[in-house]
Amino acid sequence: MDTFGLLAQGLLTALEPINMLYALIGVTLGTAVGVLPGIGPALTVALLLPVTYKLDPAGSLIMFAGIYYGGMYGGSTTSILLNTPGESASIVTALEGNKMARNGRGGPALATAAIGSFVAGLLATIGLAFIAPTVVKMALSFGPAEYFALMILAFMTVSAAFGDSTLRGLTALFIGLALGLIGIDLQTGQARLAFGIPDLLDGVEVTTLAVALFAVGEALSVAASKGGDSTIQAIKGSVWMTREDWRRSWKPWLRGTAIGFPIGAMPAGGAEIGTFLSYSVEKNLTTKPEEFGKGAIEGVAGPEAANNASAAGTLVPLLTLGLPTTATAAIMLAGFQQFGLQPGPLLFATNPQLVWGLIASLLVANLMLLVLNLPLIGVWIKLLTIPTPWLYAGILLFATLGTIGANSAVFQLNVFGLFSWPMSFELGMLLAFGLLGYGLRRFGYPIAPVVVGLILGPMAEQQLRRALAISQGDPMILVHSPIAIVLLLLAATAVLLPLYLRARGRGKVLAQLGASED
Amino acid sequence: MKQFVLATIVAGAIALPAAAADYKIMAPAAPGGGWDQTARSMQTALQDEKISASVQVNNVPGAGGTIGLAQFVNQANGDPAQLIVGGYVMVGAILTNASPVTLDQVTPIARLTGEYEALVVPAASDIKDMAGLVAKLKADPGAVSWGGGSAGGTDHITAGLIAKAVGVDPTKVNYIAYSGGGEALAAILGGQVTVGISGYGEFAEQIKAGTLRIIGISSDAKVEGIDAPTFKEGGVDVSIQNWRMVAAAPGISAEQKAAVLADVDKMVTSASWTKILADKGWANTYLAGDEFAAQLKKDTESTAAILKDIGLVK
Repeated sequence: MDTFGLLAQGLLTALEPINMLYALIGVTLGTAVGVLPGIGPALTVALLLPVTYKLDPAGSLIMFAGIYYGGMYGGSTTSILLNTPGESASIVTALEGNKMARNGRGGPALATAAIGSFVAGLLATIGLAFIAPTVVKMALSFGPAEYFALMILAFMTVSAAFGDSTLRGLTALFIGLALGLIGIDLQTGQARLAFGIPDLLDGVEVTTLAVALFAVGEALSVAASKGGDSTIQAIKGSVWMTREDWRRSWKPWLRGTAIGFPIGAMPAGGAEIGTFLSYSVEKNLTTKPEEFGKGAIEGVAGPEAANNASAAGTLVPLLTLGLPTTATAAIMLAGFQQFGLQPGPLLFATNPQLVWGLIASLLVANLMLLVLNLPLIGVWIKLLTIPTPWLYAGILLFATLGTIGANSAVFQLNVFGLFSWPMSFELGMLLAFGLLGYGLRRFGYPIAPVVVGLILGPMAEQQLRRALAISQGDPMILVHSPIAIVLLLLAATAVLLPLYLRARGRGKVLAQLGASED
Repeated sequence: MKQFVLATIVAGAIALPAAAADYKIMAPAAPGGGWDQTARSMQTALQDEKISASVQVNNVPGAGGTIGLAQFVNQANGDPAQLIVGGYVMVGAILTNASPVTLDQVTPIARLTGEYEALVVPAASDIKDMAGLVAKLKADPGAVSWGGGSAGGTDHITAGLIAKAVGVDPTKVNYIAYSGGGEALAAILGGQVTVGISGYGEFAEQIKAGTLRIIGISSDAKVEGIDAPTFKEGGVDVSIQNWRMVAAAPGISAEQKAAVLADVDKMVTSASWTKILADKGWANTYLAGDEFAAQLKKDTESTAAILKDIGLVK
């Protein structure tokens, strides 16, 4: 049977009433658990995987896909409404999304995220079905040197895109890079900057840092500002996307998909890189640069599409090579193993029904999510009408609950041998970073580069060291391939082009642009 | 109020499996990994076989399992209802992390499953067998890059043992650590590293498809279904297995230990467990009680020696 036939057959199975019910249950459960910060889709699926054990393979996979997409969507909802990114891939969404929500445009923000996720999920799933073997060949040609060049490109574009002031942006970035050094070094197995504390051996958890800086830091700022002046305007204008919103969203959706899918397909990519790059691209291409940092819809539409497209992208190496490249993909692997299947190069040939069933169920789950969530947007944004002090108390509770839920390690805190009570180290870090977040806000430093540094720093370091180890110390390996050279040239352009334009006397324009961004 | 209501629902959903547990199994790793899957498989088998009415699994990830181990030793002391899953990786992690708690502080119950290490090269590689690799290694140890899991783990230890066995300085091994067998697999397939070393399961499908060539397996004797010579047959006197085990709390009585042993024994011989092992492709290397304790001691000593040789432990 050809690809279309198999896909159609898979869709027919997925559209049976009982399977639709499983999809609905999966999407609802996934969304409910996914809204907790710190509990991303991976943990959601792991927690709910046993629920699917008793079902038949089709039902199980469909529920599974529902939980997965539901978990992803739940993360974006809290990012936008409460500024608490539930996972690293929705950090960028919080940047513009939450600003939109505070300006009374929460409805359009949620809608563009939902529709963008749907569009990207749809296109990327179709991409998965038709060009997976080609994509995987390209991804495999990426060695450590090429990854390092990609990281450099991400660093350059990101620090340019996130900082209003270059110095402040770089300062924040370097705080993140320093935090990224904490923990066991992968290449040597030695602990760095852990100060003998076992909980630091695995480094700083990205979601803990993100939730602390975004949510806790902001709650502290609100508490510190006298009288708790409510800057939140729950609803302004239409709850739905206007014609203007559609016009500004559709291109970012497509661009986000084009960026997210190949990066997701790379064995060592990580969904968040796609969201960073998409944000940078949208900020550069927008016709309204003055809105960025204040709630630009492009800054939600692009990264959300990239996020979902890369989620579908991670299935490429999983299904074609048996390579789980993310925590979520690893759990999906466990889902396959329930049926005694080992994903790998032969899976498409040996078990086409199941593979196409999975792809079809992803499409159905995606659609279900859209149907479920669009009517709910009106309910969600009512959250914002809660008086500010209450809202932030709720956010703090939420952030704490999520952090404990994701990492339940506790120890006994002993004060001079007099008192002893259970303490969670993760919670201590949440509070400490919350204070850092407050400090950064207070003195006008951007927050996002800190998180970006924590995510990209360790990746860049590992790839650089791998490249040099393989070449036995010869730095020429970094420019040995055309891919690496092109990526590095792009990175150089990102830095040098503004300088060149300034030298040509167009500095005024740039300065104006820069000034209007503040 | 909505988020409060929602939070309550979510907290309830998470706490749901917590009702009245006969056994509480700690997986000292994140959900999805080998230890987590082992713990959850035990949960399934113990409940399905009605050995235990209710089994609860909790995850305490971090630092090769040593964070979970420390918490287990502190909190489970004397409680026969609490179990911890672990494995060979923990032995190395305790040494490299200078962990304050060790496996001496828990009550070993049984080794449950094991996986052998496979040595592979891309199909296009000019290395055809173990002898070819050894020749290259002896000529220039640095020119052979080994791709595998994290530094100090089973894969790294195996690479060190192979070098040592053929008379090459283990500190000269050019080991490239990846966060796991999967990421390493991409580097091996892409020809970024010379050889790949990891659990057989990580490579099985690629070997079947002919994109990777297996040049050795770390078992003592040939394994059924794996068409490869052992390291020993290839002239390298190394055998190692990456095992997973279950242990009980410190400070339990001999009767309590015997009861746990009996339950685990019943589980291992059950049909559910056999089916799980077959589905997941895990080898049954069940070894219980004192025999396992003796084997654990031996493994700990040899691991400490090789980690010193590689230079990871002072």
